[in-house]
Amino acid sequence: MSQLPNQTASKSLWADSVLRLKKNKGALVSFYFVSLVCLIAVFAEVLSPYPFHKQHIDHLLESSSSKFWLGTDSLGRDVFSRIIYGARMSMAIGIFTAIISMVIGTIYGGISGWVGGRVDSIMMRAVDILISIPSLVLLILVKVVFDSIAFFENPELRALTGMLLALSVVGWVTLARVVRGQVLQVKELTYIEAARALGSPSWKILFKHVFPNILGPIVVLLTFQIPSNILIESFLSFIGLGLQPPYSSWGVLASDGWRSMRSYPHLILYPSMALGFTMLAFNLFGDGLRDAFDPKLKGKS
Amino acid sequence: MIEKIKDLSIGNVFALAFGATALSAVFLNLTNYEVPGGLIWALAFELFFGLGIYAYQNNSIIYCLKRIGEALVTLFVIATATFILLRVMPGGPFDADKALPPQIKANIEKKYGFDKPLSVQYINYIKGVVTLDFGESYKYIGRSVGDIISESFPASFTLGIYAFLLSFLIGVPLGLFAAARHNTFWDNFAMTVSISGVALPNFLFGALLILIFSIKLNILPPAMWETPAHYILPVITLGIRPAAFIARLTRSTVLDVIGSDFIRTAKAKGLSQGAVMYKHVLKNSLIPVLTYSGPLLAGILSGSFVIEMLFAVPGIGKHLIQGVTNRDYPLILGLTLLYSVLLVFSNLIVDLLYSFFDPRIRLA
Repeated sequence: MSQLPNQTASKSLWADSVLRLKKNKGALVSFYFVSLVCLIAVFAEVLSPYPFHKQHIDHLLESSSSKFWLGTDSLGRDVFSRIIYGARMSMAIGIFTAIISMVIGTIYGGISGWVGGRVDSIMMRAVDILISIPSLVLLILVKVVFDSIAFFENPELRALTGMLLALSVVGWVTLARVVRGQVLQVKELTYIEAARALGSPSWKILFKHVFPNILGPIVVLLTFQIPSNILIESFLSFIGLGLQPPYSSWGVLASDGWRSMRSYPHLILYPSMALGFTMLAFNLFGDGLRDAFDPKLKGKS
Repeated sequence: MIEKIKDLSIGNVFALAFGATALSAVFLNLTNYEVPGGLIWALAFELFFGLGIYAYQNNSIIYCLKRIGEALVTLFVIATATFILLRVMPGGPFDADKALPPQIKANIEKKYGFDKPLSVQYINYIKGVVTLDFGESYKYIGRSVGDIISESFPASFTLGIYAFLLSFLIGVPLGLFAAARHNTFWDNFAMTVSISGVALPNFLFGALLILIFSIKLNILPPAMWETPAHYILPVITLGIRPAAFIARLTRSTVLDVIGSDFIRTAKAKGLSQGAVMYKHVLKNSLIPVLTYSGPLLAGILSGSFVIEMLFAVPGIGKHLIQGVTNRDYPLILGLTLLYSVLLVFSNLIVDLLYSFFDPRIRLA
């Protein structure tokens, strides 16, 4: 190592990661696409030409026209508007459940890894048991339980909370495992020892020193959790245990479209495309992010 | 692996017998549709004793017993948790219909033991679980849960096994192909195809297949589960996502292995590209893929219900969905335990195989 350190070596891990992410064209395009879908979801009212439940009785099952860009469904509702509102529902479910399960998983895994010993083995045994129930079966059970406990009068909110809670209950487990493993690694490092020697309380070390240093893997898992949650939501709506029409998510739309697929393929085609491209973008972005955070690849492009 | 087969031990005899029986079962299934029950028992017997003998030779009997004990504890906890979960739900299984006269309702509840205190119900239920008797379904009057499962499980199982085999048959070669042509057009092409396979939900992919092959081209049946021709679309639909995942996994592990020192040594001693790939790279990179296969098998078997619904396959998926919406407690409990047993034991089998293929791994 007689050479002078090259430029990349002096960069922080974050700056280096961002640089590498920017070089990955697929990931970058995907990132813009995902941001675009998020914006569409936020501004659904402004962007959609009609409300999602508005029926145009004299325009049933029409194909694309200048008035209805992607046609209408069997009740005369504009498919384009429903896809835009569906983006709101699907993205909301995907992102919020991922965040909720991240919070639960991080705290649980953090405590388990940090405290260690018997607490750790008990907490991890509970996780092992949860993992040995097939996730879809657990999901359906939990979903039905939450649906039957009515938190809200509003049926839309009720359907949404049932879905959010069920997905979060199932989703935090993997995160907890990963976080625990990371915490176990980090807590032996010297800077943690230094913080401890200075007399910082445990919670402060955990939040100020441990979590920021394991953020990379958590963020990567989060980007993979969002599409898988969207997928599970569409799956549940498809088998009739998710959201119900007139509320619109991509799964509801696809499920609707499937029933009349033979005569009106446009009803399944467009929602599937929206769903498929968003999934693809999330996966590509997640891949790029994982590569960018991989310390083994640091300094390489 | 080849070396292992050469010194034929009794464990390997079982492995070979298992392979032969499995092949003949597949052959019979595809030609006659019927698989004799004896063959299934033979498979289970060979798997059990083969693994048992292997575990004995490897001194991991205690490990296996420990794992089985843990599995039983896990299953007990799952059974209890499901029981509590179902009882916590507001409403009961006989509320959904139009209001019944109170006397009739009381009689129905008495028949199914609802009039007893919860603790007695729980004890009866655990007794039932231990003796593998889950009781009668509430909605399919007069049919026991065991009957329903044994009637519908074969279709789900066949679908799952074929999808599992298909995902390996597509995934591993595709991953190898991409890794061997790392950073070329073909690599990118194969990986784009596989990431698209992950991206589209499988029920939409299935719908697309029905649209193309059944409705437009009219060459394959769109639904039902009767002849091998009926298998094709559901199996492809169910297998495509795991295949894509395995392809990506294989590619990344192969790339890892290719960069390691022993491959350089193999190349340096003048082995041909093919020999290096087959003898050193492939075998070493299949281990992570193998570990993935346990959860994969359980995932395929339990995740198949949307495919079963799409293609009207008479499997257990339909019963799970209907059971949940009908509050058919015995059916839900039986199916949840079935799925959990599948998951727990496929993981155990994979862990044993894992140490078989990679002797460096010691089970303790």
